Amino acid sequence: MNLQTEPTRTLKQRRSLVSSKYFVYVLVAPLFFILLAFVIFPMFQTFLQSMQMEGSFSLANYAKFFSLEHTSNLEALWTSIYISVLSVITCGIVGISMAFLLERYDFPGRKILTVLAMVPMALPPLIGVLSFTFLYGESGIIPRALKELFQLQQVPFSLKGIWGVIVVHTFTMYTYFFMTASAAIKGLDPSLEEAAASLGANRLRVWRKIILPMLTPSIVASSLLVFMVSMASYTAPLIFGIDRTMTMQIYLSRTNGSLDMAATQSTILSIVSVLFLLFMRWYQNARNYQNQSKGVSVHRTEVKSKAGRYLAMVLSTLGVIILMLPILVLVLLSFSKDGTWTIQILPPEYTVAHYVALFTDADTWGPIATSFKLSSLATIGNVIFGVAAAYAMVRMNFKGKTLMDVLIMLPWALPGTVVGINLITAFSEPSVFSFNQVLVGTVWIIPLAYFVRHLPLVFRSTSATLMQTDHSVEEAARNLGASWWYSFRRVVFPMALSGILAGTLLAFVQGIGEFVASILLFTPSNTPISVEIFQRMYAFEFGTACAYGVLQVVLIIIVLFLSKKLTGDSAGSAV
Amino acid sequence: MHHKRGGRKVSGVTLEHVSKTFGEAKGVENVHIDIKQGEFFTFLGPSGCGKTTTLRMIAGFYYPSQGIIRFGDMEMTNVPPHKRNTGMVFQNYALFPHMTVFENIAFGLQVRKMSKQQIKEKVEQAQKLVHLDGYSDRRIDQLSGGQQQRVALARALVIEPSILLLDEPLSNLDAKLREETRYEIKRLQLELGITTIYVTHDQAEAMSMSDRIMVMQSGEVQQIGTPHEIYNKPANRFVASFIGETNIWEGIVREVTGNEVLVEIHQSLMLKGYVENASSSADLSVGSKIAVSVRPEVIEQCNSNSEEYDNKVQCEITVSEFNGASVNYMCNVAENVQIKAMFINQGSRVKQSGESIAFQIPKESIYFVG
Repeated sequence: MNLQTEPTRTLKQRRSLVSSKYFVYVLVAPLFFILLAFVIFPMFQTFLQSMQMEGSFSLANYAKFFSLEHTSNLEALWTSIYISVLSVITCGIVGISMAFLLERYDFPGRKILTVLAMVPMALPPLIGVLSFTFLYGESGIIPRALKELFQLQQVPFSLKGIWGVIVVHTFTMYTYFFMTASAAIKGLDPSLEEAAASLGANRLRVWRKIILPMLTPSIVASSLLVFMVSMASYTAPLIFGIDRTMTMQIYLSRTNGSLDMAATQSTILSIVSVLFLLFMRWYQNARNYQNQSKGVSVHRTEVKSKAGRYLAMVLSTLGVIILMLPILVLVLLSFSKDGTWTIQILPPEYTVAHYVALFTDADTWGPIATSFKLSSLATIGNVIFGVAAAYAMVRMNFKGKTLMDVLIMLPWALPGTVVGINLITAFSEPSVFSFNQVLVGTVWIIPLAYFVRHLPLVFRSTSATLMQTDHSVEEAARNLGASWWYSFRRVVFPMALSGILAGTLLAFVQGIGEFVASILLFTPSNTPISVEIFQRMYAFEFGTACAYGVLQVVLIIIVLFLSKKLTGDSAGSAV
Repeated sequence: MHHKRGGRKVSGVTLEHVSKTFGEAKGVENVHIDIKQGEFFTFLGPSGCGKTTTLRMIAGFYYPSQGIIRFGDMEMTNVPPHKRNTGMVFQNYALFPHMTVFENIAFGLQVRKMSKQQIKEKVEQAQKLVHLDGYSDRRIDQLSGGQQQRVALARALVIEPSILLLDEPLSNLDAKLREETRYEIKRLQLELGITTIYVTHDQAEAMSMSDRIMVMQSGEVQQIGTPHEIYNKPANRFVASFIGETNIWEGIVREVTGNEVLVEIHQSLMLKGYVENASSSADLSVGSKIAVSVRPEVIEQCNSNSEEYDNKVQCEITVSEFNGASVNYMCNVAENVQIKAMFINQGSRVKQSGESIAFQIPKESIYFVG
């Protein structure tokens, strides 16, 4: 570092590794390697497998898939698409109208509804579906209660089949529409409407020409998202017994041992998902109405007429009940004695034994410990990868940036079932990427699946906070003499900490609730909570299953609350 | 020997034929300047002119595509930013939001591994320098814009940089505060005798603070000179119109007699000026096209009935503007020939649009630009 004594040194000596313009590749190379090893390679292996028939190249699997003689696969594809389209429509209607009601009108019960509207987010996929069958299924509480009340021969209605799936999808996925539409409505600058009105546009015209066009991007984005999530949905078809969906077909092929077919189905589903991902990215880049003005406030119209207020009150009470019931029923059942609830409306006998057992009985505690362990392992990986990748993507310029962005988002677009199949095909044999070990059947395969599935979470929340923090702050640190690593430690990391923590907690809790990939990959010695819930359900141990469920929900609520605190505070405050 | 941190070692800055391209796009081209030790040097130009790019090359955030940068006699062209010992104040201040005022100012000293005691002394001293004593424990978001500005300044100065770099430091302040801070920066610079490079698009700021100014446009240096030179002897049309207000007319050289030049702007506007008041790019041969620059404040009002002077202009006021301290008239001489004139308000009646007025332009105030 003797700059002053040797003014004539060559450039090469002067540049340390970190300040070299190739340093960025030192940082991104491991990231690309991880993506290659755990995203690309498994996908490619699945693709290879699908092109094989008894060890040689063949398109027979695809011929079989598309054959018109055995139409089960085509039917499954059709049913998946059909369910997804209907889910988009129902979620859109529910989500957007709720967003408008809650953002634009003031009425009794608005505040509590606004909070509860996010409840479906707190339900792990399996728990959401289960509580719906407990409530509205053929032997569910509500249909039975109505039958009893009106002395009917049969239950008046019950949730089953495709409609069951769609109702569950609507309940769990409307939040995508609700969140984006709420944000868009909040971001609508009232002065735009005022400007339009002052230019002579009437209410209808303002709606057609200003509000709807401004909301279109968020509506399209959430439609694509809901479509993708519905295509990937596995738990709802599983519980409602709809075998003819893509995800169920993959699961069935896998359990029947025809991995070739599972690979083929996975590949086709991957292609659909990836196409949607690319389409979504393209659309979001093509249309972006960022609001130009600052300090926007929405004014809410107060519902004033008496009838309107009563109607609003009744409807919001109904809304609150519908939103709360799944969690309430879960809590109620968690206290019911296993095996006592048969034909009654509500479980007849109650006990706290399940909760005691959760933490005292080694057998019951096992899955909890397993889930914590597996999820922690995956989350550590997610944090290291996510923070490095977010820093590289936000702050650095390198060749292959777009590729990396797509690769990171890819696992998020891939259905959990596909991620599971990909890992099985890739790591049931030794490979370079697994240090010549067989990973399937070991403790490592599930954390790997969680890692891959939740790859985007830490990345996204970290890059979001990094984007908000000004690049010149890091430059200021460098200018004051801080090395790259020093300024990363003292400036970049502390400033992004809230985002990193929020993403970490989310990734962790998602791992605790994960079911779709776990069910494909678990081993008896490593059974995560969700799989255990599923098994207890089949053993009619509803109480224990629900106690596990309550635990998951509580964890998720804590994390959602914390991350709201973390990211809701101004980016500047020290955490 | 390690880089000497203690004791201020002020150095000059030399840029030798420095160019920077971003991929295909041109950033700056062939900047060749020699900034003296202790000088207040300003890069002035409209946004996108390359002034910030040049500053960032000096700070080390960009490396030049071509050319050499020296601090004193040390070559710095490719030295990473954290080894240059420059103090930079950013346009948005770039304060560390998660640290207090004290921690912000102390950051550079901590990097230099000074003792706690030493850091405390120096930070307190720096806080006094910018009148922020007693603000140590404030969070950044509890400070006003002007105070944040001063923290940024203290943070840059406390490391005793060899060069102070200021990137539009006043642009986020309101008008009154801007003026105060302007004096404050100038005071500090004179007091510390530190070489200062100041980037701005505000010509009034540049004029009032700088020893020398470099005017840039679209990546190219237009002129380097003292404020006086730049204002009175602009090198070209761009500099003339960018610095202050001016009338620029195009005309044709009709006569050159001795040291006097006669230029025809319009049949009704013939102007006489001196040969020596011409930029180097001006061609004063008879028949050539030339642009004439006349500052509004040099124009004098005269009696329209009196006999003919040289450079007398008869015109009609189109816009009359009363600013308190001054009166501005926008007048029509002929079709497509306008004249702006400015007079100090001395309490006499302000003429209104539609009235006619007569001006006289002193011969020595006519400047020929290329």
